[in-house]
Amino acid sequence: MDSKISTIDQNDTSSELPPQMGADEVLRVENLRKWYPLRRGFVETLFSKNEMNVKAVDLVSFSLKRGEIFALAGESGSGKTTLGKVLLRLVDPTSGSIFFHGKDITKLTQRELKPLRREMQIIFQDPFESLNPRMIIKEIVAEPLRVQKVAKSEAEVEERVKQVLTEVEIVPPEEFLYRFPHELSGGQRQRVAVARAFILNPSFVVADEPVSMLDVSIRAEVVNLMIDMVKKHSASIIFISHDLALAKHIADRVAVMYLGKVMELSTSEKVVDGPLHPYTQALIAAVPVPDPESKRTKDVISGEIPSPVDPPSGCRFRTRCPYAHERCSTEEPPLIEAEKDHFVACHLYT
Amino acid sequence: MAVLSVEGLTTNYKTLRGWVRAAEDISFEVEQGEAMGLAGESGCGKSTVALSLLKILPPGGKIRKGKILLSGQDLVPLSEKEMRKIRWKGISIVFQGAMNALNPVFKVGDQIAEAIKTHEPKVADSEVRERVAKLLETVGIEPSRANNYPHEFSGGMRQRALIAMALAADPSVVVADEPGTALDVIVQAQILRLLRDLKDRLGLSMILISHDLSIIAETCEKVAIMYAGRIVEYGDAVTIFKDPKHPYTQGLIKAFPSIKGEKVRLTSIPGSPPDLLNPPAGCRFNPRCPFVMDVCKRVEPILEEHGDKGHTVSCHLYH
Repeated sequence: MDSKISTIDQNDTSSELPPQMGADEVLRVENLRKWYPLRRGFVETLFSKNEMNVKAVDLVSFSLKRGEIFALAGESGSGKTTLGKVLLRLVDPTSGSIFFHGKDITKLTQRELKPLRREMQIIFQDPFESLNPRMIIKEIVAEPLRVQKVAKSEAEVEERVKQVLTEVEIVPPEEFLYRFPHELSGGQRQRVAVARAFILNPSFVVADEPVSMLDVSIRAEVVNLMIDMVKKHSASIIFISHDLALAKHIADRVAVMYLGKVMELSTSEKVVDGPLHPYTQALIAAVPVPDPESKRTKDVISGEIPSPVDPPSGCRFRTRCPYAHERCSTEEPPLIEAEKDHFVACHLYT
Repeated sequence: MAVLSVEGLTTNYKTLRGWVRAAEDISFEVEQGEAMGLAGESGCGKSTVALSLLKILPPGGKIRKGKILLSGQDLVPLSEKEMRKIRWKGISIVFQGAMNALNPVFKVGDQIAEAIKTHEPKVADSEVRERVAKLLETVGIEPSRANNYPHEFSGGMRQRALIAMALAADPSVVVADEPGTALDVIVQAQILRLLRDLKDRLGLSMILISHDLSIIAETCEKVAIMYAGRIVEYGDAVTIFKDPKHPYTQGLIKAFPSIKGEKVRLTSIPGSPPDLLNPPAGCRFNPRCPFVMDVCKRVEPILEEHGDKGHTVSCHLYH
């Protein structure tokens, strides 16, 4: 945990309930920032004036409704995973506020956070690394119960583990309780990770690329399982994915990130079928289509994602944008509502 | 005549528990200037086929049967010394690991030059440098970057450098093993575009290995779908994607979320691929197949032509 680096900005946060916070909002994020200071040598500290930061997440705001599936999409290095971790306070934010059920959690200590952790869980990308190879399935799934001390007896622990394993279709659960992760296939392991995340009946789950390590033929069943679990537990989920096609089919809303900023945010249909931002358009054009007769006609944009240490001035996408004009290099476009419920940060729409 | 023709190739790995039957009875042909896609999930044996073609299998791996005919010459009985003359010049490979396929302590240009010098030791250094510069230009890298080390390259540029290396000795066939898989979608699209351009411009014959059917659909004229070490369907790309016959191919195509069209609940193939130490009897797909019949559990189907010419499928539903 890098609690030493965090310096919470005192000026622009207030712990009061924001006035526009609706009753069905699970999470509201305002101007969230996570900057990682670059480690510099002694001489460098003496002679260079400016501190260098990796701007992993920079002024991100959005809200999450109850029961909503919200996808964070973007290339690697766009800050989507960092954002997911900051939301759970697994990484401390540099500034900004996170209101969880109306309560600002950015300033809580880890001790104060512990009871809230019952409500928030995470599913990691790689089920081969996120399950302890020396623990049996029963202990892996029961760990949240033990940490939070919610089960009264050993019998209750076992009962709840069996119940949640049945929910994720690891059946019959008795057969799996005393197995080790290496005895399970990739799909089964990720189901165990889902079971562990849902055993405390959380209201908010972050899933970080939960199916990208799985084979194509079993991806769909794990994704469908997660959707069903979210519905059943009326939880909200942040689904981090680089795959826009997948995001389209499972998410209610999608936010497209680039270099730590949200570039476009709307319902999944609007973002994927009618993208407004040139970056989203480029991302969608780059997705290969499983149809040999539709040879790609559109041009692929050139270049790769720039370094988040020194992002381009103005609009961060301008160095790769086919529509970049003068204003893009001087003025940073704000995220505005270009159409109803369709937000975009681009000067083409301002 | 086909540039490369593989006949009944069987490659197994020796383990303490027995032979892992990674690739069995693989046959296909690649014509001049044609791209063939080898598709399948992880563990289906597609990389084993690629490594067998160059005979660079890891310890324990052995070609137990079959022929690999490169312009009529069988590579299987060749010695290691003779194979060295074939690698890079006869068949070259573009490795997947854009991150670690290059040696970090040598300059990128020198690593490409090595492939040229191995085959033409008498060429003057100045000419080698010129050729390296030209190769880098072909793949879209500034020639002056030849003096950089791999860590100074981005992921996309490393993958481009590996492509340049594969082209260095002017090979008859290029094998591309999951090109661009570890890269972002935009960079991956750039790499695939480059491969398509090179194929058209230089008339390359190519084998593209990928788990992603859409990448193969966009690049290849011919497709072989592999499952549990065997080719289950083989033929022209348009036919296979429009009218897949094998239940596995059908399931795999449906499992891909498409960026176009309506929002739907995704479908999957229940179960998981079998253990290749001890594959199921009969058809290897039978435990997961929705159309399974009695005969599937007893008799192993053979790859036979069905419907259009050249479209072969190994399934009891059609024979």
